[in-house]
Amino acid sequence: MSAPKPVVGTRPVAVAAFAQSPSLRRVDQANEVEMLMPVISEVFAKAKMTKDDIDFICSGSTDYLIGGPFSFVMALDAIGVWPPKAESHVEMDAAWALYEAWVQLQEGHIDTALVYGFGKSSLGDLSRVLAMQLDPYTMGPLWPDQISLAALQARALLDRGLSSEVEFAEIAARSRKDALKNPNAQVRNEIPVAELLEEDYLVEPLRRHTVPPISDAAAAIILVAGDRAYDVVDRPAWITGIDHRIETHAFGARDLATSPSTAKAAEVAGVGRGPVDVAELLAPFAPQEVIVRQAIGLGEETTINPSGGPLAANPLMAGGLIRIGEAAARIWDGSSTRAVAHASQGPLLQQNLVCVLEGES
Amino acid sequence: MTERCAVIGIGQTHHKAKREDVSIAGLVREAARAALDDADMDWGDIDAVVVGKAPDMFEGIMMPELYLASALGAAGKPMFRVHTAGSVGGSTAIVAAHLVQSGIHKKVLTVAFEKQSDSDAMWALSVPRPFSAPLLAGAGGYFAPIIRAYMRRSGAPDDVGMKVAVKDRLHALKNPYAHLHLPDISLKMVEESIMLWDPLHYLESCPSSDGAAAMVLASEDVADATARATGRPPAWVHGTAMRSEPTMFAGRNQVNPQAGRDCAKDVFNQAGITNPRKELDCAEVYVPFSWYEPMWLENLGFCDEGDGWKLTDSGATSLDGGDIPWNCSGGVLSSNPIGASGMLRFLEAALQVRNMAGEHQVEGAHRALGHAYGGGSQFFSMWVVGSERR
Repeated sequence: MSAPKPVVGTRPVAVAAFAQSPSLRRVDQANEVEMLMPVISEVFAKAKMTKDDIDFICSGSTDYLIGGPFSFVMALDAIGVWPPKAESHVEMDAAWALYEAWVQLQEGHIDTALVYGFGKSSLGDLSRVLAMQLDPYTMGPLWPDQISLAALQARALLDRGLSSEVEFAEIAARSRKDALKNPNAQVRNEIPVAELLEEDYLVEPLRRHTVPPISDAAAAIILVAGDRAYDVVDRPAWITGIDHRIETHAFGARDLATSPSTAKAAEVAGVGRGPVDVAELLAPFAPQEVIVRQAIGLGEETTINPSGGPLAANPLMAGGLIRIGEAAARIWDGSSTRAVAHASQGPLLQQNLVCVLEGES
Repeated sequence: MTERCAVIGIGQTHHKAKREDVSIAGLVREAARAALDDADMDWGDIDAVVVGKAPDMFEGIMMPELYLASALGAAGKPMFRVHTAGSVGGSTAIVAAHLVQSGIHKKVLTVAFEKQSDSDAMWALSVPRPFSAPLLAGAGGYFAPIIRAYMRRSGAPDDVGMKVAVKDRLHALKNPYAHLHLPDISLKMVEESIMLWDPLHYLESCPSSDGAAAMVLASEDVADATARATGRPPAWVHGTAMRSEPTMFAGRNQVNPQAGRDCAKDVFNQAGITNPRKELDCAEVYVPFSWYEPMWLENLGFCDEGDGWKLTDSGATSLDGGDIPWNCSGGVLSSNPIGASGMLRFLEAALQVRNMAGEHQVEGAHRALGHAYGGGSQFFSMWVVGSERR
């Protein structure tokens, strides 16, 4: 057995273990540390490791969900970094924390990394919180809510004839149905498309089913470089390509019906070098899935979001890492040989990460 | 496989209490543009941008790097945001260095900033949270008892902190970018300033600043070509390290934290340094409150435990005749745009070994330490840079 040669970087690094908490509308019996602790314990158990086996730790979270500074500081107590550890944190979705760890693993000084992310979106008024991500001088003071912004993007897609409200509903129906097989998902049901289309508009052209749920959850992944990955998992999910790109914050300067940053990341990550059987996409609003699929170049042969995806569970700051974990799990269980995971953050798909995972055939 | 990495461009703003003449975008561009000019580059030459800053509530914007993507020329490129509390400026530079050392990118722009005047740091640090003790006294109130513990353990005389306060402000007079320029600074002036958090007088504390710092980090081939074209030498990265430990647990040594000692050991091992006082020419160390100079002298192994205050007291850390000058730029005590303060330490270390520090240049500096810490002195980031490649 040998790892496939990576397209980006030179050292094979595998997603070796993954754990997540169930996504819930409101976790009110546990703070962030308490939400993380079982997840950290589980990922160590799955990797047959303890914290002493970990060379580097990186996490992703944002202070604005908790409404206080340094949310990552106490979260570190979920691990107990004593003796002291090499550790870092990104104010980004934890998929980017995984990227930082992957970069360090490329250098060969370290062989293992723990990556985790957490978000409790239930603590505040999410639409108001996310409005504080916008240009603070020209856009933020208008307090546009995220659903209205997503409606602009959906409208751009419809006006160009690139999708339809029926397709939005089909995406939602498929996501919720697939989520029935995922015990960690939040919105799990089987409702016919025709019935979904009878819902009133929240903000035209978006109906409730096109909008992601508000979720609280945490997730963790252990990365292992080289052959040590086989000690953890029989069929490692090797990262053969990973890249991320950002676009301007100015909505008026973007073509909202497309995602050039996703397309560029997919190109650099080498998505097009082979068939993709499974993709886990963090396109939280149903219309955004159409945009991301098109940008990555995914066709009929690819199963999209078998986990149910973000329309079934959307924990901010952990969602991207969960997409990578879910895609890796499909490699481990043999249902995928070449999977793509996608993460996004910022308003209207501003910043995107694409990761290609491969299992040996 | 690790590639060599060098600092080839450096820029910083004029740090002030309020930079009302610029937006946040204007502030970061001022530093970034200066770094690009130094590196003989334009926005389009950069492969990736790495941004760092302390808590977002210091400005009141969630993940402000998203809004800064265009201002920093990052649209279409990878952009990354680091936040590791007060150590973040250093951690950000280290994350950027790894992008080069791993061979992923060749030209990385890294920027750190804080525009404290846009919000209120004291408020941001004091938001009440369920089941958490409120930190109503700000950072100084948190660190003052730890300083008391140091004074008791080491038997240091009461005036050592004040000597640091004077020395760093004298250094700042030689740095045109420093926030505080106090030409009349004296022991008497420090002693007569109001007692904020006993034993810390007002003038033994850092200011609140608006400011930004930026560097261009490059691979060896780019660094060599740039040096040939500009005649300005690069600063080679000899080692980088980060360490964290929990905020509190029974028996934690908050005066001389293990994470700081481990981090120093790691970075000095990488740089091949066994005696930092002898082998380094100068150091830029995160000293936001005066007494942290003697405390970090011990923590970083510049002397034995208990002897830090003696080095300070003897003038060893002064640019004026000391054998191991610390914070020749004036340090955090003279400029504190929090998120950028760590990067300013890293950047000033690089300026010294490039022989480009101007009036506060240590003559013939070849190797320098940049250091930052954060949280309850639990997060550490450090690098060693040198004029020669290693």
